[in-house]
Amino acid sequence: MNGHSFTLAGAELVALGSGALWWPDQVLLCVSDLHLGKSERVARRSGLTLPPYDTRDTLTRLAADLALTNARTVVCLGDSFDDLRAAEALPEDEKLWIAKLQAGRRWVWIEGNHDPGPIDLGGTHLAELPRAPLTFRHIAQSGASGEVSGHYHPKAEIATRARLISRPAFLLDSDRVILPSYGTYTGGLRSTAPELSDLMRPEALAILTGRNPHAVPMPRAAPDHTNPASSN
Amino acid sequence: MTSLPSRFTNWFSTKGWSIHPHQQAMLDRSDDPALLLIAPTGGGKTLAGFLPTLVDLAEAGHNGLHTLYISPLKALAVDIKRNLRTPVDEMGLEIRIDDRTGDTPASRKKRQRADPPHILLTTPESLALLVSYEDAPLMFRGLKRVVVDEIHALAESKRGDQLMLALARLQTLCPDLRRVGLSATVEDPQAIAHFLARHPDPCEILMADPGPPPDIAMLTTDEAPPWAGGGAKYAIPAVLEQVKRHKTTLIFHNTRAQAELFFHNLWLANDDSLPIGIHHGSLDRIQRDRVEAAMVRGELRAIVCTGSLDLGIDWGDVDLVIQIGAPKNVKRLVQRIGRANHRYNAPSKALLVPANRFEVVECIAALEAVKAGDLDGDPRGDGPLDVLCQHILITASAGPFQADALYAEVTSAGAYHTLSRAEFDACLDFCATGGYALRAYDQWQRLMRRADGLWQLRDPRTARRIRMNIGTIQDTDTLKVRLKRSRGGKPLGEIEEGFAATLTPGDTFLIGGQIVRYEGLREMTVEVTRRADKKPKIATFMGTKFATSTQLSARILEMFRQPSWPALPPHTAEWLALQRSVSKLPEPGRLLIESFPHDGREQMVVYGFAGRNAQQTLGLLLTKRLEEMGLNPLGFVSTDYATLIWGLDRLDDPAPLFDIAALRDGLETWLAGNAVMKRTFRASATIAGLIERNIGGQRKSGRQATFSSDILYDTLHKYDPDHLMLKITRTEALRGLVDFGRIEDLAARIGGRIDHLKLDRITPLSAPLFLEPGRVPIKGLAEERLLAEEADRLLSTAGLATAPAPRKPQWRVGY
Repeated sequence: MNGHSFTLAGAELVALGSGALWWPDQVLLCVSDLHLGKSERVARRSGLTLPPYDTRDTLTRLAADLALTNARTVVCLGDSFDDLRAAEALPEDEKLWIAKLQAGRRWVWIEGNHDPGPIDLGGTHLAELPRAPLTFRHIAQSGASGEVSGHYHPKAEIATRARLISRPAFLLDSDRVILPSYGTYTGGLRSTAPELSDLMRPEALAILTGRNPHAVPMPRAAPDHTNPASSN
Repeated sequence: MTSLPSRFTNWFSTKGWSIHPHQQAMLDRSDDPALLLIAPTGGGKTLAGFLPTLVDLAEAGHNGLHTLYISPLKALAVDIKRNLRTPVDEMGLEIRIDDRTGDTPASRKKRQRADPPHILLTTPESLALLVSYEDAPLMFRGLKRVVVDEIHALAESKRGDQLMLALARLQTLCPDLRRVGLSATVEDPQAIAHFLARHPDPCEILMADPGPPPDIAMLTTDEAPPWAGGGAKYAIPAVLEQVKRHKTTLIFHNTRAQAELFFHNLWLANDDSLPIGIHHGSLDRIQRDRVEAAMVRGELRAIVCTGSLDLGIDWGDVDLVIQIGAPKNVKRLVQRIGRANHRYNAPSKALLVPANRFEVVECIAALEAVKAGDLDGDPRGDGPLDVLCQHILITASAGPFQADALYAEVTSAGAYHTLSRAEFDACLDFCATGGYALRAYDQWQRLMRRADGLWQLRDPRTARRIRMNIGTIQDTDTLKVRLKRSRGGKPLGEIEEGFAATLTPGDTFLIGGQIVRYEGLREMTVEVTRRADKKPKIATFMGTKFATSTQLSARILEMFRQPSWPALPPHTAEWLALQRSVSKLPEPGRLLIESFPHDGREQMVVYGFAGRNAQQTLGLLLTKRLEEMGLNPLGFVSTDYATLIWGLDRLDDPAPLFDIAALRDGLETWLAGNAVMKRTFRASATIAGLIERNIGGQRKSGRQATFSSDILYDTLHKYDPDHLMLKITRTEALRGLVDFGRIEDLAARIGGRIDHLKLDRITPLSAPLFLEPGRVPIKGLAEERLLAEEADRLLSTAGLATAPAPRKPQWRVGY
């Protein structure tokens, strides 16, 4: 399995190149920020008719990860739906597809800011899921430890000798891991953003997703050298 | 013959002028449904276009809007307003003239809609916006004439296609509308007439006296131009000398970055403190206005500029045009030369300054072409469908419409004359439902068909979003640059986001001729101070890429065959001789390939001399083969002469590269995933209204809400490969590429005659390629290796107590 293994609060975890987190001991797969139904919500709100294939693309990749891992528990870490109306408006065949993926496994929908309420699909709906030694929740809380969260859609940029490469990334330190977004129609927030820099410890790592996940020290914004007194 | 009213003849005689024959002819034929005037700059072209309007307004009067004038440049609209005022005021005519561009204050725009002037001067984008308003029929009621200035420039771009669709709309509102086009000298006047005409009405062409041939030469300098580089720094003393000897000099550059650098160096050498200004499209409007005003007052001796001054702005006393860098295109050269000496029947004077030795060869070839009167140019294909989609949305914003009537209207425009009903319906369906194989948006259609058969916006509020997205010009993502102050400092201009990303506080760069220091980024604005204590990085802009005509390429290849080059300056002749001794000069019927390491990568240069489009296609095909051969290509760039490919591994045997079967195999899939296609998709999808130009606040907040249009492209390609938007993307991308047949021809012509030279360093002939804009990245397996290398390096360094900041990116051309 192409992944980067690490330990969080004693739990042995694997960051997969797809952006999913795999916990072999618990046979648990965790994905974050699926944003299913995003194209429907965009059309409803703005009139823009984006290619309506995002949900099936996201589910196709999730199905592949499930086939690969044979996970017994699936945790969707919040913002699984672009909003609650988008969840209701999913076409019948996509709802059936989700039901098929759920068959024979425990399925947990963690609530996110986009999908705060329960939805009419199988699975358990929770604000957060504690599973010792870890806690799964949508948005990281400062001071927490052994925490698995999503929400920020982190990405990292690496300047290689030939070009700048930017990829969705896991952010990892001794207290927490933040997952990249898994949904097809999602963008990323640079790891240099203050929200992420403030949240993560100085020695944090970024694990870039892709064919082979690569771990690097988490890129941070350069310190500000500006001397306000001398600016004119 | 229509005689000029006495007020006009008197005015002409007080000026000591007499009416030009082509001005009289325009007056005589003022009832033609469409008329194209081709005249050199300075030939009183604008007055010729307006004379029928002025006479009609003076004699008959008019209520409301009489004449609409469209120019490709905002500056031109403002300039014409000033120039038109003079005769109107001097003759005491009661004519209201006003301009309307993106810069016009909202209060004035509102007034213009309620109470339009007699003559309105505007741009294609502002006109498209006017046409999208519900009250358009009211505003344009009684419109009699439309004058399209610099129509040769508009006819080359989507802006022109959009304009012609808007005119088709106006023609429906005002059936007796007369069209006039004003054009500089072009190679195919018939094509412009076809573009201007309302089909099936005719459009006659009037040719004015072209005037004497231009006085044009290459500037010779004591110092030799360098092998490579676009700065022409070596020529600064000689250029200053020319500025001193003339009244006013325009110094043209092909890119903004070159203009900035040249201006900086010119200023350092300007010991006499001659007043010299700089003008280009990335400078703040206030800065540009100041330079333009100083120019009009005759206070400047020279202006360093780019294409932003390319079109017919009347600068009065310009008596010399200097072109820095090879002109790339003979037609453009002739038009630029037309800037000098706005007096009719006086030869225009121009000097070419090659920036490097290859350009010496190009300049000589261009001079020969000008002397031979050989204008070049490629015919444009049918009207692009992305522009049509935008037009359908614009029409819907103005009110409900009938599909049959709109189809009839659209096909009256020359570029869309051959548009089939099926293509039109596909565009309409795209605008209404997205046009997907999966019918997902029944509930949220953008346009819906009413019971009476008319189409209208489902939600009238979306008209506002459509209007915000009007236009066909693609801005690269740029960031504003301001001086850092407590309350928003002075705006200086814009730089590309990609360039801004490479800056760290303390770095310096050039903008508007001054060196500034990067302090930081605040709310998507680059803040700078004037504390400049380091050698500047150069702000880079997407310089407009000019393709040299294939005809120029052929002239150059022919020149290479000579045993020696007495016609060339000695330094350039020596340079070619050096290339011949360390490598080879390209020969007709053979293919020269050079391989050498440079800049930490393996470089390969393929001298196909097939023109930019064919070289670009070759670049795509060869990088595909190199990826398959495991040689990890990173990217390529093409000129009219050669393709430069760089990668991680060295090529040993070029023969398998040209295996035609392997090249053809999988071409479609490779092309589909390529950066060229994604770039094209983004542009076309924005024009067609699938995505929006500014996702406004979202981008501003820098949050994770936006995602790349590449994702939309990939998704569509995977699930709906026959979708209209992908068809449009292919068509548009292929406008800049050539079909595979041409590559097969090339391979057949060369046979196995490939000269592959493995060298240990960069060669004289290849050096200019390293500065070429328009690099195409290849995102193959090389990225994985680069990431692995960098990750190892970073992690081993991070064995120390804390994680270091990532290595500072070195600024490079392109990526």
